[in-house]
Amino acid sequence: MKDSRKIQVEINGVIFERMIETRMTLSDFIRHECGLTGTHVGCEHGVCGACTIHLNGQAIRSCIMYAVQAHGQKVTTVEGLSQPDGTLHPLQQAFKNQNGLQCGFCTPGMLMTCTAYLEEKSDPTEQEIREVISGNICRCTGYQGIVNATLEIANNKSTNGGA
Amino acid sequence: MQRLRSLIISQPMEVHEMHTKNVGTPVQRLEDDRLLRGKGRYVDDIDLPDQLAIMFVRSSEAHAFIRSVDCDQARALAGVIGVYQLKDFGPLAAKPMILANPSPLIRQPITQYMLALDEVCYVGQAIAVVVAENRYIAEDAAQLVVVDYEPLPVVMDARKAAMANAHLVHQNSTDNLAATLPWKFGDIDQAFTKAPHIFKESYYQHRGVVHSMECRGVIAQHDAQLDQLTVWTSTQSPFLVRRFLAQFLEREEVAIRVIAPDVGGGFGPKAAHYPEELVATLLAIKLKRPIKWIEDRLEHFLTTTQQRDQWWDVEVACESDGHVLGMRAVCTHDNGAYLPYGLLLCMTSVAPFPGSYAIGAIDIRLDCMFTNAVPTTPIRGAGRPNATFVIERTMDTIARELKLDRIKVRQRNFVQKEQFPYLTGAKLPNGIGIQYDSGDYARCLDMVLEASQYSQLEIRCKEAAQKGVYRGIGIASYNEDSGLPPYEGATVKVLPSGKVFVELGSCSQGQGLETIVAQITADQFGLHASDILVKLGDTIASAMALSTVGSRVASTAGPSVFLAAQAVRQKAFKLAAEHFNVSENEVHIDAGILFLKSMPDQKISLADLAKKLVAGVMVNVPQGFSPGLESTAYHTTERAVYANGSNVAEVEVDIHTGEVTLLNYWVAHDCGTVINPALVNGQIIGGVVHAIGNALFEHMKFDQDTGQPITTNLGEYLLPLATEMPKIHITHMESPSPLNPLGVKGAGEGGTIPGIACVISAIEDALKPFNVKINEYPLSPERLLCLIEEAKIRAVA
Repeated sequence: MKDSRKIQVEINGVIFERMIETRMTLSDFIRHECGLTGTHVGCEHGVCGACTIHLNGQAIRSCIMYAVQAHGQKVTTVEGLSQPDGTLHPLQQAFKNQNGLQCGFCTPGMLMTCTAYLEEKSDPTEQEIREVISGNICRCTGYQGIVNATLEIANNKSTNGGA
Repeated sequence: MQRLRSLIISQPMEVHEMHTKNVGTPVQRLEDDRLLRGKGRYVDDIDLPDQLAIMFVRSSEAHAFIRSVDCDQARALAGVIGVYQLKDFGPLAAKPMILANPSPLIRQPITQYMLALDEVCYVGQAIAVVVAENRYIAEDAAQLVVVDYEPLPVVMDARKAAMANAHLVHQNSTDNLAATLPWKFGDIDQAFTKAPHIFKESYYQHRGVVHSMECRGVIAQHDAQLDQLTVWTSTQSPFLVRRFLAQFLEREEVAIRVIAPDVGGGFGPKAAHYPEELVATLLAIKLKRPIKWIEDRLEHFLTTTQQRDQWWDVEVACESDGHVLGMRAVCTHDNGAYLPYGLLLCMTSVAPFPGSYAIGAIDIRLDCMFTNAVPTTPIRGAGRPNATFVIERTMDTIARELKLDRIKVRQRNFVQKEQFPYLTGAKLPNGIGIQYDSGDYARCLDMVLEASQYSQLEIRCKEAAQKGVYRGIGIASYNEDSGLPPYEGATVKVLPSGKVFVELGSCSQGQGLETIVAQITADQFGLHASDILVKLGDTIASAMALSTVGSRVASTAGPSVFLAAQAVRQKAFKLAAEHFNVSENEVHIDAGILFLKSMPDQKISLADLAKKLVAGVMVNVPQGFSPGLESTAYHTTERAVYANGSNVAEVEVDIHTGEVTLLNYWVAHDCGTVINPALVNGQIIGGVVHAIGNALFEHMKFDQDTGQPITTNLGEYLLPLATEMPKIHITHMESPSPLNPLGVKGAGEGGTIPGIACVISAIEDALKPFNVKINEYPLSPERLLCLIEEAKIRAVA
């Protein structure tokens, strides 16, 4: 009854090859097959955004995608954001500076949504940032710290870019 | 030898900065690094060898007898270990769950069985449990269990439940009244007899589902050789979960260890104890394998406790200048199908009266009704936002009816600065009189008016009106009985390495407890918060704890940490003085090094002092000292500490679509001594946003005839999003509490408590030209348009 397939996915530069059921979600694959538990599952219906990852550089929701659909592709999770020497990604550092997190459950999804967006647009306005994270729900922070953290990066980038 | 040691330890003194003051500064959170890297450890991040997954078969009926449960097909599915009902767990489980917080006021102390016995009383109630090799199989199998129901009539509206001929929520009970709570003091009859003005209003309030971003979850493991249980659960109350497990399972508490790992938000409902914790634990014993249950979002909608409907009928007696002489009210409260948490939610709905105001007489009755919906327990603020809504809307009513300024009505009634400590006249059921310890409510209101440049706001509203734009200003004040007694214990110890370690049984769900505990400790040793090692949320801790609820850990655990750290510091000073053969006041400390002021090269590290008190063969503890450079302390209290604040909101209403735009929100907040301003701001902003959700978006709807929940995903149930939130501006006032050594009061709920009243007040103000009265929330655009239309019709008639 169960349809299984062998898949290969590159996550944060490491190839994971696993025999899995075709019905396994990508979020369950990342968390329970690959042991990368930084990607969180908040609603399993694609609304809360906690499970957001990058698939080939694009922010997507890993709870409403099957793992087999990611076969042969490149995934980045929150564990892959920092430098190999451990230095935090500038946005992670900005979250720390601006109190952009409390319980930390929505944080990986927020980081993945915003880092993907900042690649697209390096100098967003506050309103644009709010629009972008309107697909990620946070029950703790009231969003202000998250918006400020993303603005901190945007401002730094636009200052550097303008020079 | 002495010189050599001095040389070695002089190194850190040069590289360390002076850190004498962590408390009061926005120290960066110790929690953040691991959480930002995805290295947090929430319950679902734990996988134990041989672990099994469980899934519950839940009632699809709001009220029914169970004729039969057919598990054969489910049991036959490959990968299924078993399917169990209550009867399969033996006599130990054949009793209702333990009622937390029992009270003589409870007429019908009805709690649910961990799995239904024969009657189900809400949609989602657990009937059976499937155990399987993994969650996917468990979910498949749960679908194959066939339950034959005999439907019974349902009661969803608490007002209908209170009627004499109402259907019964529980077939075996005589009526649906769980309890009646009185809350009264002063001469209410005299107040109403002599008052020149009496106003009456009715209010409807609904607060919905908690929606912590992490749902609930539990893993239970049983070590059969030691007969020792370990339970990881996403809880606010590891000590209470342990106590209830021990009582229910008839085991000693020392044979059970409960751990709250990283918890992805709590906000109240995770302080309760749930059937799933019992079932997982009993299965772990029965099957000799670890059992994991992770709640999904649908189960969260159906089974995590909520905070739903209240209907209030309120009368206020006042003088012509707005001075309130007395308030009367009757509240009908929807408690859902059971009473898992006693009457705490009901109590917090009445005990805030008279709020920030010196009102001489209060007479309130709350009827706590059973309904065929999921049980309720406190959510951020508990009943306080409801009580504050009633009190603040009453102040606005007085202003409107007597044509007085809303601010002046509040100022006229505030408990004045000179009146603290202020005894309201009310008494808690334990006989303790309610006493507001400290504050300056009028000043706090002034501060928010200054911060919001209130007179400018009024001008902006007038200018907008000339352009046909409906802008309004909301005002609300509140106070809160934060810091629920009696205690949260703390242990501080210097480890043999010299590292200062703090251990608390109390736990955190994102508030930053680890950081503030480290700040308080670091100040005693001239260290930085980041030098301190902190461990939270484990019943293995030396000191006892209660629960992270009611804005209480900063003002209960905080002072305990302070007392323990101070005792360790004193012990270190005494030991160092003896070591150098000087008096204690010769000794100073910086960066964890104790030295003599007169001879700074005479120094000894905390590590070397700690070693003197660690057991060793032929090494004796110095005379006059107890073993270990450590201390366990309890700050115990029998009274709450009263935080307070005032808020101002600026909104715009589109009268054609009913859309409300929140433009700005200002908070002046007094939680006594601020340990970490950045963290307090985070608590307040998050709290305000929760209130905005309650005021405008969040509505847990049920079909009134069948009891079926009809908002069961995050598309139908709206949570506040970044796009709808205003800029929230915060001003702090600090009136330290005299009731604890840090002067700390609670901050976790101060944003939520006045927030709903403030937003609704602003919308009503914006719609002043239509004389729209808003006595309810949540306020959807459709509902707001109805209220505008009704007001227009009234104006014509």
